[in-house]
Amino acid sequence: MSEIIQKVKNLSVGFKSQKGHEISILKNITTNIKKGETVGIVGESGSGKSTLALAMMGYVKQGLFKMGGECIFNSFNLLNMNNRELEKIRGRKIAMIPQNAGQALTPNLKIGYQIDEALKLHTNFNKNEREKKISELLNKVRLPSPETIALRYPHELSGGQQQRVAVGMALAGNPDLLLLDEPTTGLDVTTQAHVLELLNFIAKDTGTSMVYVSHDLGAIAQVSDRIIVMYSGEIVLEGPARDILKRPIHPYTYGLLNSIPKLSLAGLPGSMPGSQPQPGTKKEGCSFYDRCNLAEEKCKKNSPDLEYINELKTSVRCFNYKKLLKDKSKKQLSTSRNEKNIKINEILNLTDVSISYAKQKLLDQILNKITDTNPTVKDINIDINKGETIALVGESGSGKSTILKSIAGLLRTKEGNIKFNQDRILSNDLKKRNSSDLRAIQLIFQNPDESLNPNHTVEEILAQPLKLYFGLSGEKLKNNIIDLLEKVRLGKFYMTRYPRQLSGGEKQRVAVARAFAAKPDIILCDEVTSALDVSVQAAVLNLLQKLKEDFGTTYIFVSHDLAVVRAISDRVAVLYQGRLCEIGPSKNVYKFPSHPYTEVLLGAVLEPDPDIKPKLVAEDIVEDKPPEKGCCFQGRCPRILGDKCKNETPPWQIGDNGNAIRCHINIKELENIQNGN
Amino acid sequence: MEINKAKVNKKKSIFKKISEVLLTMASKPSGFIGLSILVFHILLAFLSPFLAPYDFKAIDPSLMLQAPSSEYWFGTDSLGRDVFTRTIMGGRTALTITFFGSLIALLWGGLLGIFCGLVGGKIDDVVMRVVDAFLSIPWILAMLLIVSLLGTSTQVLIPALGFFYGKGIVRVARAATHDVIAKDFIVSARARGHSNLSIIWNEIIPNVRDAILVEGAMRWSWMLLGFSSLSFLGFGVSPPTPDWGLMISNARGLMSFAYWAVIAPIVGLSSLIIGINLTADAFAKALGIDRSTKAPV
Ligand SMILES: Nc1ncnc2c1ncn2[C@@H]1O[C@H](COP(=O)(O)OP(=O)(O)OP(=O)(O)O)[C@@H](O)[C@H]1O
Ligand code: SF4
Ligand code: SF4
Ligand SMILES: [Mg+2]
Repeated sequence: MSEIIQKVKNLSVGFKSQKGHEISILKNITTNIKKGETVGIVGESGSGKSTLALAMMGYVKQGLFKMGGECIFNSFNLLNMNNRELEKIRGRKIAMIPQNAGQALTPNLKIGYQIDEALKLHTNFNKNEREKKISELLNKVRLPSPETIALRYPHELSGGQQQRVAVGMALAGNPDLLLLDEPTTGLDVTTQAHVLELLNFIAKDTGTSMVYVSHDLGAIAQVSDRIIVMYSGEIVLEGPARDILKRPIHPYTYGLLNSIPKLSLAGLPGSMPGSQPQPGTKKEGCSFYDRCNLAEEKCKKNSPDLEYINELKTSVRCFNYKKLLKDKSKKQLSTSRNEKNIKINEILNLTDVSISYAKQKLLDQILNKITDTNPTVKDINIDINKGETIALVGESGSGKSTILKSIAGLLRTKEGNIKFNQDRILSNDLKKRNSSDLRAIQLIFQNPDESLNPNHTVEEILAQPLKLYFGLSGEKLKNNIIDLLEKVRLGKFYMTRYPRQLSGGEKQRVAVARAFAAKPDIILCDEVTSALDVSVQAAVLNLLQKLKEDFGTTYIFVSHDLAVVRAISDRVAVLYQGRLCEIGPSKNVYKFPSHPYTEVLLGAVLEPDPDIKPKLVAEDIVEDKPPEKGCCFQGRCPRILGDKCKNETPPWQIGDNGNAIRCHINIKELENIQNGN
Repeated sequence: MEINKAKVNKKKSIFKKISEVLLTMASKPSGFIGLSILVFHILLAFLSPFLAPYDFKAIDPSLMLQAPSSEYWFGTDSLGRDVFTRTIMGGRTALTITFFGSLIALLWGGLLGIFCGLVGGKIDDVVMRVVDAFLSIPWILAMLLIVSLLGTSTQVLIPALGFFYGKGIVRVARAATHDVIAKDFIVSARARGHSNLSIIWNEIIPNVRDAILVEGAMRWSWMLLGFSSLSFLGFGVSPPTPDWGLMISNARGLMSFAYWAVIAPIVGLSSLIIGINLTADAFAKALGIDRSTKAPV
């Protein structure tokens, strides 16, 4: 048995409500972190996972207070120590890596200087030793040419590189315990996979214990030896990573795993009803009772204890876990999607669309001409059929949202045109579009917090399109609103609520209802589920699918998440740097032959399965501009052919599967290499 | 008919909102104290003409500088006028002028700020420069100039004060508008094809209104201080109208032996300023607006 370095005993943390009640957000947490192991803490937003991680370094956020229990690190009782004493431990013995490394680094100081400061603070090295240590650390986190990186400012590094620097800084004091709070959230898929791989390497290399906090089971699966699942401030399941992921014996974990879309599985993931209770609202019984499909009468009144099952080395908080224990067959609750054959009846044609953000010169402005030889988005040709869901995928900066905005008329195209219903070219200028064209195309945004006016009630929000397009008022308006709310499975009583009184999933439902209020032909969905928790995401995806089947709406679905795209789309278009790389029926895009970029993306997807490791075939370089000529992917392509790719624009090739790939490598050959022949 | 009904509903909800905000404000001790002081002063301003025991301008040399007594509660001043009478009436002009001054400040500051936030770019730059340039002149000097040119009538004082205290509101309104127009709900409204006016009215104003109102309430208390300084210097209210600033100025020289003539107006003025300040703070808290990062003036 290896030695325990962090002991959390009966820890409760809470806050005082306005009415003076004490409300706990961590309830009686007991767990141990052993030397050299990596523990993943997973849970939905608000489950208390960050609060727990912070407590492990003796920190309780402002506004919160310790209600009981302790955190003992080696022999230090962290929560009873004063700041002076804690300073000696933080950074030296326990280091923390926050979610947004860009914010944690001081913007106006060079990277090398910042690491030097950390070393000065946490070690007793002299100047020479420190200099050596800096390049050693930068080397360790695998940054290219440490000497030049040390002289750069944080903003001159990409998000992934910043995160690496943060890891390097955290390692400066040679800590025994490294706490990571969502360290890869917000990074691109490929970057994320690289950072995780680095963390794995460091864990092995240095023997540091890690606590990895994330909402993403896919990421947790890649790094953890042990997993703690939190729900509503409690540990509901804790055990070896493999067992938790392969055979989750708590209904919440079971449902959570089911609600994650997977690459290996077409169709929509199963969804869990409801959402996590707000702190202080649940008085008695099991906190998962409202959403649990194994719930019984006794769960309503009694709350289960965390029970340790010796033979599984797992702790579980559920009366009925045995039911899941027996259930050996790995059922997939995934609901299959109707993959109807879509009639070829084009509704939107993008022809040679180019879009530029470049500032216009004055003369060009006067002549109303856009001159930019290397625009952000170039040569997009996509024909979209009525009733299909077409997805645009790619990493950040690939121009997905840009294309959506120009379809919506919010951004002018530089060249090319967008044709609606085969006969009408949509104006470049929003003001010149007629009301029926405006109505026909609606948008749903990523973050419902930002897309709903906080000062309007749900009723007012939904009334806007109804008044604008259909001139409804009075009783009719109200009935229509109620109707819409029912369609998105929200009750009538939501009408008087303000957005702040809704959960993330409910807000997004209102946004969906607002889009459908216009009775649109096309809905543009911009990362509509990426701000939501997985279990809520599954429900929203299911809702979107249902509405689409009912109304025959066409979706253009933008996402960076290939698994989500797989679940919902009929056709996929892969974009890199504003250029189309591959397009085809979704089941075929996910099969080889693929464009080398698609291959890189697919390889980086993190699956919640310890046996499926990401395949890192390309470096995670970030390019800020597409190349002037040749193939757009030349800068990162693992299969690059040389000068041909650098100088000549690759041709479109159509494979047997019907997916079109834009690459110089012959498609048959591509298939052979990718399948490993 | 239907529309009428909707309007009634709307009005009711605004009324409800106001009473809710007031209740929240009064639920904290500081807000309660602030509100009570403010309400007390407002009531006093309305009722003082009926409550005053003496004529505020009756000069009687024989009663010069009497100490407080059961007859003259706060004593008399150097002209033999009753200090109590003059004190309870001394807030009327200041309160009225600064209230309307603040309204004007709110109006032009708010509108200009929203406009600048909306258009952005070059126009915004230029307008803000001009506003800054105008207002970098020490306001008291500028006020003195205006007053000496145009006189000290209410018609001059209200707009002049309103102008000088609107600058901060321009900044706040502009910043708030900037924040709001970047939000997706504005993009969403634009994509639906709402007119600019409808977007300003429905989407922007409701989201910047609170911040602007809070700033206006704050400016009110500063304006009161500013106005009293003007009176103190003799450029505010003209005698014999009772006014705290003027009373303090007149009685200041005799402070060593007739302290009563100066203490009462000081208490009146400072309590009103504190009252408005506390109220504005509570107002900000009730609306959930964080003013802590902004420095005065
Ligand atoms: N200062 C505070 N006052 C009151 N409640 C708070 C405070 N800070 C956090 N909470 C509440 O405590 C709960 C747990 O918060 P915590 O940040 O630990 O969640 P989390 O699991 O890390 O969520 P996320 O995934 O969103 O980061 C949430 O319901 C949150 O609203
Ligand atoms: S205790 Fe009951 S309600 Fe809670 S998770 Fe288990 S079965 Fe579900
Ligand atoms: S054309 Fe060349 S650089 Fe582009 S994807 Fe194909 S092999 Fe790679
Ligand atoms: Mg968190």
